[in-house]
Amino acid sequence: MTTMNYAPHTTQAVAARATGLSKVYGQGETQVVALNDVTVNFNQGEFTAIMGPSGSGKSTLMHCVAGLDTFSSGSVRIGDTELGSLKDKQLTQLRRDKIGFIFQAFNLLPTLTALENITLPMDIAGRKPDKQWLDTVIAMVGLSDRLGHRPTQLSGGQQQRVAVARALASRPEIIFGDEPTGNLDSRSGAEVLGFLRNSVRELGQTVVMVTHDPVAAAYADRVVFLADGSIVDQMTAPTADGVLDRMKAFDAKGRTS
Amino acid sequence: MFRTALRNVLAHKARLLMTVLAVTLGVAFVSGTLVFTDTLKKSLSGQSAKSYDGIAVSVTSYGQGRDEEGRPEGEPGISQQTLDKVRGLGGVDTVSGRVQGFAGVGDEGGKLIGSGWSNKGSNYAPVKDGKDPRYAFTTGAGPAKGDEIALDKATADAGGYAVGDKVRVATNGPVKEYSLAGVFTTEDGAVQAGGSLVLFDTKVAQELYLKPGFFQELSVSAKAGTSADRLLTEIKPLVDGEHTKAQTGAELAREQAKDIERELGGMSTMLLAFAGIALFVGVFLIYNTFTMLVTQRTKELALLRAVGANRGQVMRSVLAEALVVGVVSAVIGLVSGIGLAVGMRSLMGSFGAKLPAGDLVIAPGTIVAALVIGVLVTTLAAVLPAWRTGRIAPVAAMGSAHLPASAKSLVLRNILGSVISVLGIGVVLLGVSMGGDGRMVIGAGAFFMLIGMIVLLPLLSKPVIASVRPLLQKLFGVPGKLAAQNAVRNPRRTAVTAASLAIGLTLVTTLSVLGITMGKAVDRMSTDKLKADYKVSMSGGSGYLDKSVPETLAKTPGIKAVSPQIAGALRIGGEFASASGVTPGAIGQLLNIEVLSGSLDSLGKGEVAVAEKTATAQKLAVGSPLQVQYEDGEKGSLKVGAVYKDLEGLLSPYVIDEKVLNAHSDEPFISEVYVNVDGGSSKAAQQTVVDALGKNPAMTVATRQDMRDEMGGMINLALNIMYGLLGMALIISVLGVVNTLAMSVFERTQEIGMLRAIGLDRSRVKNMIRLEAVVISLFGAVLGIVIGVFLAWAVGTTVSKTIPDYALVVPFDRIGIFLLLAGVVGVLAAMWPARSAARLNMLTAIKTE
Repeated sequence: MTTMNYAPHTTQAVAARATGLSKVYGQGETQVVALNDVTVNFNQGEFTAIMGPSGSGKSTLMHCVAGLDTFSSGSVRIGDTELGSLKDKQLTQLRRDKIGFIFQAFNLLPTLTALENITLPMDIAGRKPDKQWLDTVIAMVGLSDRLGHRPTQLSGGQQQRVAVARALASRPEIIFGDEPTGNLDSRSGAEVLGFLRNSVRELGQTVVMVTHDPVAAAYADRVVFLADGSIVDQMTAPTADGVLDRMKAFDAKGRTS
Repeated sequence: MFRTALRNVLAHKARLLMTVLAVTLGVAFVSGTLVFTDTLKKSLSGQSAKSYDGIAVSVTSYGQGRDEEGRPEGEPGISQQTLDKVRGLGGVDTVSGRVQGFAGVGDEGGKLIGSGWSNKGSNYAPVKDGKDPRYAFTTGAGPAKGDEIALDKATADAGGYAVGDKVRVATNGPVKEYSLAGVFTTEDGAVQAGGSLVLFDTKVAQELYLKPGFFQELSVSAKAGTSADRLLTEIKPLVDGEHTKAQTGAELAREQAKDIERELGGMSTMLLAFAGIALFVGVFLIYNTFTMLVTQRTKELALLRAVGANRGQVMRSVLAEALVVGVVSAVIGLVSGIGLAVGMRSLMGSFGAKLPAGDLVIAPGTIVAALVIGVLVTTLAAVLPAWRTGRIAPVAAMGSAHLPASAKSLVLRNILGSVISVLGIGVVLLGVSMGGDGRMVIGAGAFFMLIGMIVLLPLLSKPVIASVRPLLQKLFGVPGKLAAQNAVRNPRRTAVTAASLAIGLTLVTTLSVLGITMGKAVDRMSTDKLKADYKVSMSGGSGYLDKSVPETLAKTPGIKAVSPQIAGALRIGGEFASASGVTPGAIGQLLNIEVLSGSLDSLGKGEVAVAEKTATAQKLAVGSPLQVQYEDGEKGSLKVGAVYKDLEGLLSPYVIDEKVLNAHSDEPFISEVYVNVDGGSSKAAQQTVVDALGKNPAMTVATRQDMRDEMGGMINLALNIMYGLLGMALIISVLGVVNTLAMSVFERTQEIGMLRAIGLDRSRVKNMIRLEAVVISLFGAVLGIVIGVFLAWAVGTTVSKTIPDYALVVPFDRIGIFLLLAGVVGVLAAMWPARSAARLNMLTAIKTE
């Protein structure tokens, strides 16, 4: 079995790195390998998309790298921090201080206003938000006139923009998105992806996004392809058609093998 | 449909757990009470029937009779001659006459054995064979001479007495020493229950308790072949005119059984009332659970409607679910109730009240009551949620699962709640204005007020809880803020949860405030109104002191002032009025009598001091003549010599020289003797008094502090019993808080997962849930306390007129403890939901849609 190394060859600084990462569920006959010896780097200031058919392990990879899930072997580093040795409390702190999240289901607190939702991670940490940065982020996602609204008073696209602002507001080292456009119509989806790309291009943010949508993946700087728990390919400067073709190829290979 | 219901119950086992527990507890309380009282009833009646075994006819004396003029008439009991006449009847086998009264036995240290409950003395009445069939001697024999007694076995054992020993026996007079002739066992109920019994020679007993040659009761047994009824008709004419009642033994046993039933009925009614409160509180929990189950299944139920189930069918499926839960809980409750009854019996046994042994009585009525109550309470509480199910539109199957409650229904609810609350408060105030007769009105008003408040709670919850949010945020940061917001996210559910706590706290607070207020009033009375150093009375508070007591004490050196308080009666204007007989010169030094006009010295001249209220009511003033009739029927003309401020609880409305009363009565009823000593109260002085009384174990010499403690102790005991009984309702409301939080955590799984993902650690997630519970609990508690204080004020005003210097006392220390407990309840209730929230798997939580 050939294991490919998808660490980029550039000397760019690495925001997150997985080395020989494996995750196995169950034991014996019922054993399921979700991730099989994955090694991958996510560079600072880069927008990476993780793609793959369902069951390929793309979400598991993201969860492990983001400190949401435990892994069986290998190592994961966020910046200089090795995740494998951290206790729950330290992991929580790491997520709070160094990682931003955007979920498919928005996941806003309905009792808080848009602004309160945006500053929630900093409130939890007990930090005062950087006012200037906050204004920049809010202006970028275009929510200035919606800050006092509650999530139920916002459209789906607006809710996800609040979630994007929440992820950006605390200036995390890396933002993880789990199908961030999965619940949105194509226009709202495009908006959100645009914000993510802008945050990378203009603000130097690092973003890693799991998606199964080639159009969404085309917004990224680099696409990593996963199949059956292993990285099978990658593509830099992707286009929607290019990604789709590559996916079709995997699909065909999967069927003939 | 029923099968669907059954499946649903099984599918939601965990979520129905609290409901089952709540109904089970309520039903257990009910069935436990019923089984316990039934068992007690049966064994007590069985015992009383046993003690009438072999008695064909019993003749009881009412004591001395009175003629139309109120003069005593006839003899104080049944004479020996009558007994002999009865004995002479053909069908009579044996006749025994009995007298009984107080007799206390001291142990070697001089302390009363079996104090407080039942210390009796009676006569040993041997019949033909020289034995008294009521008593079985384990050692020795019955008393044959005047200086001999017999003791029941438990008392003899407790005192370490053996046949031949000298035993000090106290009656209401001087202590005397007797020699123990025998130790016996008996079926007598009081003895079986742990009381002491001394048997004297008949002559001695008659002298002690009645009058030589007279009995209080005759027990007649019939010769074989003679019926009790025939004997009764023969005996009746013989005892006629002696102010007696003749009954067959069977009739007497029946009557006693009825008495027992009545007495236990009171107890069981009280216990059932508390069980009712517990069940009522449980209704809220059940309602919440079913509301939530139905909300969660909106889609599923709408689907049923979409595929053709009609409204009734959907509603019935929810009700059937409640029915299943009700039946299961009722059965478990019934079984636990029986266990509870067994426990109660042994608990009472451990307090020294020996209950007669007997089989557990599980009446069919108990089983039916337990099942019906369990099922009814559960189904009734589910009616409203079920009705809402009926209104789910089939189209909801397609849409979002969570339909927000319409704002309109809250508006209607608020208007309704306001109207009922205002009405309730109005009725309470009306009751207050009615004074002493308004208590029932206040009770009705209180009920409406509580209902109104419960209806209004969702409205109240928002501003009240919002007002504490800044504080919570400051103290606990984000978890505090979120907890306060979460607590009002579902105002109806929060309200229902808090309401169940509020009900319990209302009752607890009302009782506490009233109890403490009464206690303080009594306390003030004994501090301000009492100047005596000691009060001498019979132990256990029952019975009267011998007339020799005041005389003996007055002659003792070191004792400054002595006055008895004789519970006498005067007939004034055809009505009996209670009068206190006192020692004129001394009483002013012993009680703080505030003389409004005239002088207490007038008592020495044979004049009467009248309490202010009575004087006003009877239009009496100093110098008014008073036509009275004494206890012996003689008439007299007295004069009012003083009017004093009422001293309720210490003095009767008419105060008079003891000599005046004693001249017209053989045996004065001295309820207590007040004593002042030279140099004030001290250990030595108290000993002087005790010694002067002959170290009588049956008499208590209480200091002022003792008197205060005694009253305070009684009030505290009563309060503690109430707290204990309300405990069940509180436990169920705690279950309600657990239930609500578990639901909240379940509903907010996704949110909690997100919070964990973006950096809220486990301990702070726990804090958030805990604080939510504390907020809800305190909200209910504060509301309950406010209503409780208001109701206590209302009830207090109705009794204020009968208590001198009444002033409402709000026991802030206790209320502080209640609030603290409510907070602790919140923390405890949150334990399990908080743990499950902290342990949520983030990933699955986030993924849930």
